[in-house]
Amino acid sequence: MIRINYLVDKVHLYHERYIKTFTSELNLNHMKNKMIISTCLVLGLFVWACGGSDSEQQQNVASTETEEPARKDDKKGIGSIKNVELTHPLNQTMVGDGEKVYNLKCSACHRLTKEKLVGPGWKEVTHRRKPEWIMNFSTNAEEMLSKDATAMALLEECLVRMPNQNLTEADSRNVLEFMRSNDGEK
Amino acid sequence: MRKLKTINMINMLIMLFILIGVSVTSCKNKVKGNGADKDAASKVYVEPGKHDEFYNIVSGGFSGQMTVYGLPSGRLLRIIPVFSVDPTTGWGYSEETKPMLNTSHGMVPWDDSHHVALSLTNGTHDGRWAFINGNNTPRIARIDLKTFRTVEIIEIPNSSGNHSSPFITQNSEYVVAGTRFSYPMDDDNSNPDVPISSYKQNFKGTVSFINIDPKTGNMGVGFQVLLPGFNFDLARAGKLKSGDWVFFSCYNTEQANTLLEVNASQKDKDFIMAVNWKKCEELVKAGKATVKKVKYAHNSYSEITHSGKSDMITEVKMLDPKQYEGLVYFIPCPKSPHGCDVDPTGSYIVGSGKLAAIIPVFSFDKMLKAIAAKTYEGNFEGIPVLKYDAVLHGEVKKPGLGPLHTEFDGKGNAYTSFFVSSEIVKWNIEKLEVLDRVPTFYSVGHLSVPGGPTNKPWGKYVIAYNKITKDRYLPTGPELTQSAQLYSIDGDKMKLLLDFPTTGEPHYAEAIPAELIEKNSVKIFKLEENKNPYVTMGEGQAKVVRKGNEVHVYMTAIRSHFTPDNIEGVKMGDVVYFHLTNLEQDWDVPHGFAVKGASNAELLVMPGETQTLKWIPERVGVSPMYCTDFCSALHQEMSGYIRVSPAGSNVPLKFSTGVTEPAAVSSVK
Repeated sequence: MIRINYLVDKVHLYHERYIKTFTSELNLNHMKNKMIISTCLVLGLFVWACGGSDSEQQQNVASTETEEPARKDDKKGIGSIKNVELTHPLNQTMVGDGEKVYNLKCSACHRLTKEKLVGPGWKEVTHRRKPEWIMNFSTNAEEMLSKDATAMALLEECLVRMPNQNLTEADSRNVLEFMRSNDGEK
Repeated sequence: MRKLKTINMINMLIMLFILIGVSVTSCKNKVKGNGADKDAASKVYVEPGKHDEFYNIVSGGFSGQMTVYGLPSGRLLRIIPVFSVDPTTGWGYSEETKPMLNTSHGMVPWDDSHHVALSLTNGTHDGRWAFINGNNTPRIARIDLKTFRTVEIIEIPNSSGNHSSPFITQNSEYVVAGTRFSYPMDDDNSNPDVPISSYKQNFKGTVSFINIDPKTGNMGVGFQVLLPGFNFDLARAGKLKSGDWVFFSCYNTEQANTLLEVNASQKDKDFIMAVNWKKCEELVKAGKATVKKVKYAHNSYSEITHSGKSDMITEVKMLDPKQYEGLVYFIPCPKSPHGCDVDPTGSYIVGSGKLAAIIPVFSFDKMLKAIAAKTYEGNFEGIPVLKYDAVLHGEVKKPGLGPLHTEFDGKGNAYTSFFVSSEIVKWNIEKLEVLDRVPTFYSVGHLSVPGGPTNKPWGKYVIAYNKITKDRYLPTGPELTQSAQLYSIDGDKMKLLLDFPTTGEPHYAEAIPAELIEKNSVKIFKLEENKNPYVTMGEGQAKVVRKGNEVHVYMTAIRSHFTPDNIEGVKMGDVVYFHLTNLEQDWDVPHGFAVKGASNAELLVMPGETQTLKWIPERVGVSPMYCTDFCSALHQEMSGYIRVSPAGSNVPLKFSTGVTEPAAVSSVK
């Protein structure tokens, strides 16, 4: 799926000059995404039906199939983070490490206030989103921007795909702690 | 309909070709025809989105660069800047990469790169590094195959025309370098002012052994061997039983210094030179080498500081083989030998005399016997010359015209390129019998079998690197594309599968299975590890600092803005350094940087990397700067302005990005 998003991104770039508004661009983006997924599905099924053994195609089938039944949205996002145990009081070492990651990799687009810059301001983000959602989004942005309803809605609002900033799970957890601190938790 | 016509035409051409091919026996390849097998397309078709089976790492010739193609598709994957500046990426222009092109002659922005050598472990490809020679200003470069970037360039002292280079020993102990052009060297190995006609008295040659650190790959000039003045052309290291030796082809043993075309073609035989590098190494370790005063540059690039540095080195160890027996022997080889290739078993050395009507194959075992029995026919300036017949395994009779280079398939067969008769000839090494021949279009120079120079060739294909394309492609004026041709060698008969255009002029190339390299490919540079002295670790650190008349802009790039993107307070007479850090940490998201009127280059900065562009404003006014690498939907918005005021004006230094960024002032005296 990462590959698909990447392709869509490129296709979308090359079409940019012909497109008048970002809204229509976004629609095109979605349309292309769907088209590519269905093409993969058809191709994948064809390979499967012909007894093909191409593992990559098989994987595409698998990933699109799991997507087929309407998934119940638990608002935790999509990714490796299933459950986060929040601890009290805040771990100040983690808050400090999270702030370092923020300064290096996040601050170019996110303010610590409510103000939207490229992406939304972080104030009260821990009230709006579940901790799992925050960690999944910061470690698995590409997949979530194509599958997670909340992330997709944000993309429509901000119009810029949040980049993969190569955060480890530990980085992401530290950033979460920093966000909690930013939201006034002690 | 059109397709049918084309197929008919192709069939007709094939028929025509076969007919003419049958009737003409000697000057075979004047025939026009596409020469390809009927089902060729299916054998080179790589589905969109699928990867090739081999990387083909090709020298750029007069371009000075290295190019990378996928095989069997022939798709161009990358041009790696090596010896020549590249304003597209900033190579040789950014402050960080400038030291890489430094030499004892100062900054040299170009070279002529001829031969590729891939690193070996136990005589087989290990996929770590590629080496390439600079022919004009003698140098060897090392390219890291994790990043496909040039990480080291070493200049070769006491050398001119570094052609027989960088051929590699079987465990990457050394790459070699030999002087194509001998030149005057006196006792201090300087280049004294003497008449050119004093060639025989004053001119000398050297071969250098450049050691390679087994862990880091770092190069150093291990030692040099002082030799008679003539031309050293190509080389190959021995393998397995001959692994302690390196063989060099030599021409112009006539020692001519003018009209070499005629004057260096007088003798019936020139030499293949055998050098026992193991013995040389032992002598050097035992302190037997003389230390000579020289001056050469050693440049290395760090992917942690993202910066190159250039050190000037002043000494080299030199061995004189006249003083020690057993180091160097000459083997007579007919007619100005060019290629000098060792078969995968290490038993045979194939010499290719450019003007010879035969291919001599020498036996390593016989060479050792001849050395032991001192079966000499004489000596050349004190170095023993072995007897031709005592070393010869046999001659391939009537192989073709103008043999140049030989590669191997590991099944007992050799493939020799013939420039004059424009063909590749397959022959059996033991029996010396010609087995097959195919035309090339046209005038093949080097050729390459994947793993062909190693102990265990991967086989499957032979690629011809041609000097002339003439009518093979759409014409593009007087200057035509260079080309390569891919042939299948799976069966008994070689079959042409594909022509593909190449950049520069391809000389030697190697091909290596993709799986040995692909898995190690670096996707990003980690920001946390960036130790460039001018890195901006996060947008909050972005700043503009004045130091006298230098203005240092610590700038960040991320989709889709620069910080700062408004800069004021620069004055005429200032020198501006843009230190751009790409904050992206995702694969395939470089950012570019250009500023109007920059007389040097743009920058292309990889994720996590910092690069610096020097800009000297030459007029007052506001200049735009922008990202040159299409990075996102809002790429067109990724831009900014820098204001240049008259000298002596009192506009304060200011920088900002966006309305939310409070304008700040920084002034360091």
